[in-house]
Amino acid sequence: MSDRVLIVGGLVLFLALVTLPLWFNVAAGTTSKLPELTLPEGKDPFGTAEYMRASHMDLLMTWRDEVVRNQERTVVGLDGKTYAKSLTGTCLACHVNRATFCDRCHDYAAVKPTCWECHLEPRPVQRAAQ
Amino acid sequence: MAGLSALAVAGKRGFDALTDGGRAEGATERRPAARWAMVIDLRKCVNEGGCTDCIAACDRAHNVPHFDERAHDVKWIWREPFEKAFADHGSPYTEDAFKGASLPVLCNHCDNPPCVRVCPVKATWKRDDGIVMMDYHRCIGCRYCMAACPYGARSFNWLDPRPRVKELNPDFPTRTKGVVEMCNFCEERLAKGRAPACVEACGEQALVFGNLHDPGSEVRRLLRTRHAIRRKPELGTGPNVYYLV
Repeated sequence: MSDRVLIVGGLVLFLALVTLPLWFNVAAGTTSKLPELTLPEGKDPFGTAEYMRASHMDLLMTWRDEVVRNQERTVVGLDGKTYAKSLTGTCLACHVNRATFCDRCHDYAAVKPTCWECHLEPRPVQRAAQ
Repeated sequence: MAGLSALAVAGKRGFDALTDGGRAEGATERRPAARWAMVIDLRKCVNEGGCTDCIAACDRAHNVPHFDERAHDVKWIWREPFEKAFADHGSPYTEDAFKGASLPVLCNHCDNPPCVRVCPVKATWKRDDGIVMMDYHRCIGCRYCMAACPYGARSFNWLDPRPRVKELNPDFPTRTKGVVEMCNFCEERLAKGRAPACVEACGEQALVFGNLHDPGSEVRRLLRTRHAIRRKPELGTGPNVYYLV
């Protein structure tokens, strides 16, 4: 029975060591910290934030196939306006900063989309014109 | 300028027909309103010795990379000596006429494209309007199409092309290593009712683009009035780039 202190102390030390990463994050204030995204003004004409968060990749893939395969280049948004099905032309016209919008969330989710291996960010002047 | 505006009219007409119901969004019925083709007037072109305006315009428009190593080079439209482009047209007495002359060559957007037939993943296909289109997203880089093309019109990206593009045009994507690329007849410009970049860039108006299905088009008028040859028609590919001799 005289080992009780040792056993309990050992258990506490063990738990403290095992959960150290958690305490470390709590101390650093990084626990459950979502990425901070630069959001544009207004509503997205292609869906709610929840929908876009979950399905923007499906939307982009569908657009891609429709444009490249079927030459269906435009889409009518929820606001009734006609838009070009274009990641760089339409999406990035409002979400102007790829680094603080696309990349931040993709880094957080540890996904590596291949879009930017070919597609180029629009010029800043073009963004202003649109 | 008259030729260019005539082309623009022809192109516009083709597009009016295209957008007139046949291609409306969601429409299931399609009719091939256009058959795009190019006519290159060699009398106007070869006289401009050394001119590469069409090539430069294309490279700028499509982010075509340039590699020093010839084996790595990527070409959409390029110059080829006459006797090489038309190897079967030479004779000891006629070759002086085109000796040293080079002419622009590009994808012929064949009626019966062998590249399309061999592609194992349907990354390349023939559109209703005659354009041999390519989906770079789908290409697996097997290079069967390059082996099949008798015109050498397709290039493979052996290296990352992006650092080798002189001036990046953000309106058009680059390609990646491991992907085949080729002339697309400027389908992205046609969709906006504009003539191909090479046609627009030619100061001599030696390049004419238009709709073969339209009897009133400039290309049809030229083919009616001048003698035209095509590259290797005996192979049965049905090339759609005509050279006026």
